[in-house]
Amino acid sequence: MNIVACVKRVPTTDAQAEIAADGTSLKTDGFQYMISFYDEIALEQAVQTKEASGGEVTVLTIGPASGSKEVRECLAKGGDKAIVLADDAWMQRDCRSTAKTLATKLQELGAELVFMGRVATDRDNAAVGPMTATYLGWACVTDVVEMTLEDGGGTAKRETEDGVETVRFSLPAIITCDKGLNEPRYAGLKGIMAAKKKPLEEAGAEDVPNQAVVTGVAPPPERKEGRIVGEGVEAIPALIDALRNEAQVL
Amino acid sequence: MSTIVVFVEHTEGSPRRGSLEAIGAARAAGADCVAVLSGPGADAVAATLGTNGAARAVVLAGRDAYSPDATAAACADVVKECGANGFLAASSACGRDLAPRVAAHLDCTLLTDCIELSAEGDGFAIKRPWLAGKCIAAVTTSGDVLCATTRLNVFQPAEGGGSAEVQTVTLGEGKAEVVSVDAKSSGALDVKEAPVVISGGRGLKEPEHFKLIEELAAAFGNAAVGASRAVVDAGWRPHSEQVGQTGKTVSPQLYVAIGISGAIQHLAGMRTSGTIVAINKDADAPIFKVADYGIVGDASEVVPALTEEIAKIKAQG
Repeated sequence: MNIVACVKRVPTTDAQAEIAADGTSLKTDGFQYMISFYDEIALEQAVQTKEASGGEVTVLTIGPASGSKEVRECLAKGGDKAIVLADDAWMQRDCRSTAKTLATKLQELGAELVFMGRVATDRDNAAVGPMTATYLGWACVTDVVEMTLEDGGGTAKRETEDGVETVRFSLPAIITCDKGLNEPRYAGLKGIMAAKKKPLEEAGAEDVPNQAVVTGVAPPPERKEGRIVGEGVEAIPALIDALRNEAQVL
Repeated sequence: MSTIVVFVEHTEGSPRRGSLEAIGAARAAGADCVAVLSGPGADAVAATLGTNGAARAVVLAGRDAYSPDATAAACADVVKECGANGFLAASSACGRDLAPRVAAHLDCTLLTDCIELSAEGDGFAIKRPWLAGKCIAAVTTSGDVLCATTRLNVFQPAEGGGSAEVQTVTLGEGKAEVVSVDAKSSGALDVKEAPVVISGGRGLKEPEHFKLIEELAAAFGNAAVGASRAVVDAGWRPHSEQVGQTGKTVSPQLYVAIGISGAIQHLAGMRTSGTIVAINKDADAPIFKVADYGIVGDASEVVPALTEEIAKIKAQG
């Protein structure tokens, strides 16, 4: 099967957000980067699918030309080849721009089954998977925690407010992966050595202008300064009083 | 005049609060609201939506099983048919899955998890968190239709007096379909939806001590149980309960953090909550910097006593 894992390079989750001088973006100088947490799960699922049913795993990303270190790591964890659609403004792309660019490439690659993370941990859109599938006219199941493939399709489970939904889908499809689907592997020495010889192709990313216009970025509203109401069990009456009479949530 | 189409989820014969909040957001931004509903019981719910601010309701009929792709195509058709300049859904599991597909059908971008929506020129402007709330971005779109999801528990439902005109359209076939739902044990609330969230962290020391969290949540009656990343990674709690940057972002009216030190990625996921209470042994824990009220103390002593007090208050009504 022709399997693709789409991954995104994002700031690490301990990154602090400092607003840049333009007032509409973030300072990136202090950022360390990683493959988005859920994309690691997507990659693992792609590799496990290949191990179970054969085929090839292509790692696809839109990112900076200099970002191949993280992509190389994906090859060390079982990807067969990687394609970087180079765009230094990758962090500024809106979800439509990203989805249309990926859709074009996935079509060109002849992908049959595509895994993405449930959400990228920088912009938290959780939109690119289902948008890309819609542009392609494919099935898509989001937030998947369990899945099996059958002839021409598969069954996936996703968690909702009400419980766990079972969704039947046809192929080709895009599956967005949630925590719990698998345990991503670490890159072993053998994998790291092998990754050096695997093809990593760099191509220009299709230019799809953004519709989203960021007019400003601000720190989150300061919370009113709180207070310690007391220590131990003795503090409970003071807490109840504050919740009742000040916060009015009881 | 602006028109916003809102996808309305419903359960057990009532619209979900998150969907009513989305209608409220549309109304507050000065737009007329057209509701779209699907699934068994949609007709009855549609007829009531006039009192929640909808001028019209469109029921997608003809298929029993929910298909996100077929539903999205039908929603996009409704947007086109009524010349709407907005589409909203709640930022729920269903809304987050549906809205991107509707946006793609309209070839418009999607602005997710909005915390503000206002009219601007012929369109709209929104605010939304970045990096799970470490900063807030103000965004507009040059697309023809503003497609967005609204964060739960942020917007107020609208009060409307009128009755909605109900109309039915037929759904097409989908490429993916929900074949069954394994319902949660009754009464268990989702961490994103619940008005009160009681979260536990490593300070509870042992997974068994999460019983204290569950008991406090039960005493509130309208509370969900949440967890820090540390205890989810340790396998104490399911990922569906994780609050933070790699879990869920929540904004309940009341958030109680117990034995959670307050790593930046956790704070990002809960700092927009209405009122925050922290109970922690370490007086220097970062969680106290965002908490409105803190108790320095051992969870195993403080929580059972607090549960008892809350139970008393709730019993009095």
